[in-house]
Amino acid sequence: MKEMKIAKNDLVSFLDTLITEYEVFAPVKKDSSVVFQEIYSGSEALLDYSNSQKPPKEMFFPQKERLFSYDLSPKKAGIEEPLLAEKQRIIFGIRPCDARSFVLLDRVFSGGVYKDIYYIDKRKKTLVIALGCNRPKSTCFCTSLGGGPFSQEGSDLLLIDIGQEYVVQVITDKGEELIKKHKEFMEADEQSLFSMRKVVDTAEASIKFRVDVWKVKEKLDGMFDDPFWDLVSEKCLGCSACTYLCPTCHCFDVVDEVIGQRGERIRIWDSCAFPNFTLQTSGFNPRPTIKERVRQRIMHKFKYFVDNYGVAACVGCGRCIRECPVNLDIRAVLNSILER
Amino acid sequence: MNGDDLMPDISTMIRDTARKLLEEKKVDLVIGFEKGTLPLRSTPCFIRNSKEAEKLVWNASCENNLARYLRKRQEKIGIVAKGCDVRSIVELIKEKQLTREQVFIIGIPCNGMVDRKKIDLKLNGREILEAEEKDATLILKGYNFTETLDKEEFLHDSCRTCKYRNPVIYDVLIGNKVAENEGTDEYEEIRQFEAKSADERWQFFTEEFSQCIRCYACRNACPLCYCQECFVDNSQPQWIGKTTNLSDTLIFHVVRALHAAGRCVDCGACDRACPMGIDIRKLTRKVQMDVKQLFHYEAGISVDDIPPLATFNLDDPQEFIK
Repeated sequence: MKEMKIAKNDLVSFLDTLITEYEVFAPVKKDSSVVFQEIYSGSEALLDYSNSQKPPKEMFFPQKERLFSYDLSPKKAGIEEPLLAEKQRIIFGIRPCDARSFVLLDRVFSGGVYKDIYYIDKRKKTLVIALGCNRPKSTCFCTSLGGGPFSQEGSDLLLIDIGQEYVVQVITDKGEELIKKHKEFMEADEQSLFSMRKVVDTAEASIKFRVDVWKVKEKLDGMFDDPFWDLVSEKCLGCSACTYLCPTCHCFDVVDEVIGQRGERIRIWDSCAFPNFTLQTSGFNPRPTIKERVRQRIMHKFKYFVDNYGVAACVGCGRCIRECPVNLDIRAVLNSILER
Repeated sequence: MNGDDLMPDISTMIRDTARKLLEEKKVDLVIGFEKGTLPLRSTPCFIRNSKEAEKLVWNASCENNLARYLRKRQEKIGIVAKGCDVRSIVELIKEKQLTREQVFIIGIPCNGMVDRKKIDLKLNGREILEAEEKDATLILKGYNFTETLDKEEFLHDSCRTCKYRNPVIYDVLIGNKVAENEGTDEYEEIRQFEAKSADERWQFFTEEFSQCIRCYACRNACPLCYCQECFVDNSQPQWIGKTTNLSDTLIFHVVRALHAAGRCVDCGACDRACPMGIDIRKLTRKVQMDVKQLFHYEAGISVDDIPPLATFNLDDPQEFIK
């Protein structure tokens, strides 16, 4: 892997050049939180932040997405496919945990028999430039999930802040091509790489919480009927703050929005926390209470996804921990599972 | 008595009370708060064994409304309840979701709960790693900083205007009653908002509610949002769209606020639960203010009050019928 560097002063002009060619999405401050949105000037990008309130999965899997439109009127009857994205996009400045979530989502939307054209189209046309995490939050536990504050999975380029400059790890060919076109980048020297290693070690060591997710999986294999789920779910409100703010949760529903003869078929996020999620047309609900729904969330992340794809569906970003209205902390749940 | 003495004392008294209630089998379950996993965070807990009563705590981060957990239980329940929780319990009793006999109210006079979002704003992104409550202050520590903040300044908005800090009913009261917030005009902010032009108000609602992700944390945190099937979940007929289109999102919030008319006690649980920081109370408080002005009624004061929308008087205001 090639390691380059770029001076901090040159970054804005680099972004400005990118904007002329790509749709560039970057973290931007909005009121008190940070959101990913398209920027029109390099100086808009916020580089000193911990993470965005909402995960960037929306870039590929928006909360609402039109799959197609239709017209039922006799003369115009037919289906209209949505236009696919025309412009190439760049997501700049996302955290390595979130970049890694794309790789997990890939397995669902483009890895198996069923290929999701909407997701794949956006994914193909997007270049990911991640920004390493010099100061992980106390709620971060990426290192337990096979990631880390400088994990490369899911990124084309990874920037590491070493003070006056960024070391740029060139991860994919796509990333290399981009770098070649821009003169702001230089080969990283030994001094920069030394500083980088120090930054990396410090950040990694600062992540205190560790959990063995493989042991969790082994426990979960035999825990479907465990009374544990009654206890752990008792305070859960049954809202979807955790799943909607999760970078890897990907369940969806499909609804029709119809006005007169015209309609749209829309994919929307859905959540296992909701009573309607598994409600069947017969009226029977196999997950009738919060207990079964909490169990599903944990099982899907740490057992079923592992069974299906060999990896847990969690990147340890900590959003669900910070935003749960009742402080139902997934780290505590994982610890309790290990204690069973 | 200063806060330093007060807080541990109240926690101890809560533990003793809970332990005794469980040992004497006066209740099967005590719902209270235990230490949370994050600084400035307490979390609801459910105690069935008197030995576990040790876990119970009381501090300025016991912000959840525990009345939300009372319905549909067969057990006799002891509940740690501050002013707003008790008002919600009163409403639940009035609405026959609960009998007075089924709950043992461990009432706690409340000095208000601190708003983490306000503190985060003040700290401008710096993460709190340790927090300590001392007297009227919060001592917050993080990477390379220590900040001492005045608790009063960082209370939830609903706590700042709350006029029922002392529980209106209880079986046992823990600690001394606190001074009520008589002086403040609780609806001043709503009146100011109403004075704005329609365009300004619409812009505010557009900006606020376009952030909504339809997670329903507000609805689910609300002790009085307990419909068997919420209208947003109904699919036959489907009353509103399921996407995050502003029109659908707004309809959800407006209908929820109207459905809480004469019932909402302004505990602020909806606001606190919202992960997107939306000012939901702008809607619920307007409805609450109208109910107070039109019917001279406040929810959650007495179990004997008849809810204003469940009765009528010949002299009820009817300016709206034109």
